[in-house]
Amino acid sequence: MTVLSSPRPDQTEGVLRLNQPLCLDSGQVLREVDIAYCTYGRLNADRSNAVLICHALTGDQYVASTNPVTGRAGWWPVMVGPGRTFDTDRYFIISTNVLGGCMGSTGPSSIDPDTGQPFGLSFPVITIADMARAQAQLVSQLGIETLFCVAGGSMGGMQALEWARANPDRMYACVLLATAPRHSAQNIAFHEVGRQAIMADPDWRGGDYARLGVRPEKGLAVARMAAHITYLSEPALQRKFGRELQRDGLSWGFDADFQVESYLRHQGAAFVDRFDANSYLYITRALDYFDLAQAAGGKLVDALRPAAEVRFCVLSFSSDWLYPTSESRVIVRALNAAGARASFVEIESDKGHDAFLLDEPIMRAALNGFLDAAGTARGL
Amino acid sequence: MGNGRQMGQPLYAADREDFREIVRLVRPGARVLDVGCGSGELLQLLRDEKQIDGRGIEIGAEGVSACLAKGLAVIQGDADRDLAEYPPMSFDYAILSQTLQAVRAPKEVLSNLLRLAERAIVSFPNFGHWRVRMSLLTTGRMPDTRSLPIPWYETPNIHLCTLRDFTELCAELNLRIEASSAVSPTHPARSIDCQSPLENWRSESALFLLSRKSAATAVTHRPGDLFA
Repeated sequence: MTVLSSPRPDQTEGVLRLNQPLCLDSGQVLREVDIAYCTYGRLNADRSNAVLICHALTGDQYVASTNPVTGRAGWWPVMVGPGRTFDTDRYFIISTNVLGGCMGSTGPSSIDPDTGQPFGLSFPVITIADMARAQAQLVSQLGIETLFCVAGGSMGGMQALEWARANPDRMYACVLLATAPRHSAQNIAFHEVGRQAIMADPDWRGGDYARLGVRPEKGLAVARMAAHITYLSEPALQRKFGRELQRDGLSWGFDADFQVESYLRHQGAAFVDRFDANSYLYITRALDYFDLAQAAGGKLVDALRPAAEVRFCVLSFSSDWLYPTSESRVIVRALNAAGARASFVEIESDKGHDAFLLDEPIMRAALNGFLDAAGTARGL
Repeated sequence: MGNGRQMGQPLYAADREDFREIVRLVRPGARVLDVGCGSGELLQLLRDEKQIDGRGIEIGAEGVSACLAKGLAVIQGDADRDLAEYPPMSFDYAILSQTLQAVRAPKEVLSNLLRLAERAIVSFPNFGHWRVRMSLLTTGRMPDTRSLPIPWYETPNIHLCTLRDFTELCAELNLRIEASSAVSPTHPARSIDCQSPLENWRSESALFLLSRKSAATAVTHRPGDLFA
């Protein structure tokens, strides 16, 4: 294990080499797997206070510390820290960069040990279950048998769901935010638009761009622009931008006349600085392949039945049309049918899917109550 | 359905006496589902006094949030839509406190309660109470009483019934009435003969402990048909 740095005494970040090969759902085996991770807070003496926070599609391990690429203070600083919902004075928070990612974990931009060249498209297709499998191995190598909680929003929630299916005896509680038990046709369709944009960029070079020293930035930016629309609600876009123009009058051309165009272009441009195009292909594929019930013969309740002893907190957001409340209700129904201890609230918000990343007081109040009660029951 | 205890005006004002009687009836350590649990006062009371393993269903987000803050396991949902998903006999008691009159399909809800739990505890304002009868008789308008203080155009109570109506429904559904009592905001609960016409005049609100007479004659319920 390489500990790269310790920005504060109770924070660490590093990269850990899994001490065994990773057998993937596809049947392929990854021999050498690195997982980049951050930790916050301190592991208690009986190793019972660890919380795994799983990130969304374009997130990373920097949940509450400065991201070295963007210089920003993590993607969830409002929720993670001393005295916050995920209280680093009480819990030992672990966050990893997912398998297939591009922030230090093994992914398509990593060097293939067999060839000495970047994997590119020779990287095996991975799944949400493969990501969770790598995390479980990392947690074991950190010397932790059972997590107090596995939490995540969006794709992070899918990893948490997969944990509940595959490792229910290694977790006490599970937090699922703005997530779904499977990808819908609409979800897959939007991802396909993004992938086609990347693959249509001449600089993608059949996925071999890293070896050839170019980057499919235009394609990746378009993919991000399309996806970003799905993270926001129509009313929020309207309120923020309406039909406001960038400058006085129309250009009578194809410059970014409207503020919303300029905003999306900025989102696309900023994204290519921090994300790898092939990682985007692989991770969106993993999302599209996700269907938790499939592993249990198509019945979600059977997939979740082993998790009957886990405490669940499921939160959805009223204006989220990417993973709408109806998807969370499917999860909650299955949990009830499985006899699990489930709590569920739909939070009123007009901020769309990304509401879970923001400071939503009702989300915080609900999670504070849930975690505090679970922590007390767990003796933390 | 069941947001009455969550915000502002209660569906019915006798909650406290109601709760005391429910706490008395519930066996220690039981598995309990409180349907329309508001901000969780009853579940908390049952947890503290009877060490129950409790779950709740509540329609309002603020109520659910308040429940979570109390450490209760509660889902946002409603009695009409969300009971069918629970497996049979997953609870010892299902509680429907002052909520039956506010559900869309009381008969289905009642059937469902006794499908998912061995016993149901159901309380409701008695529309046969003398104050209600007098109010209608003397004013010719929808009753405005201390137990039903909300005007007809605003009330969530869409399926009001009398003690007699309810006991007849129990008979139709083949339910055994194990106990019945009258509750009011001002007096402790008292055990009643629920068949007595006099009690139908006297009882401001009624509370029943119900079970199925026998599994063989139980009303079968297809899971999921409330979603159809």
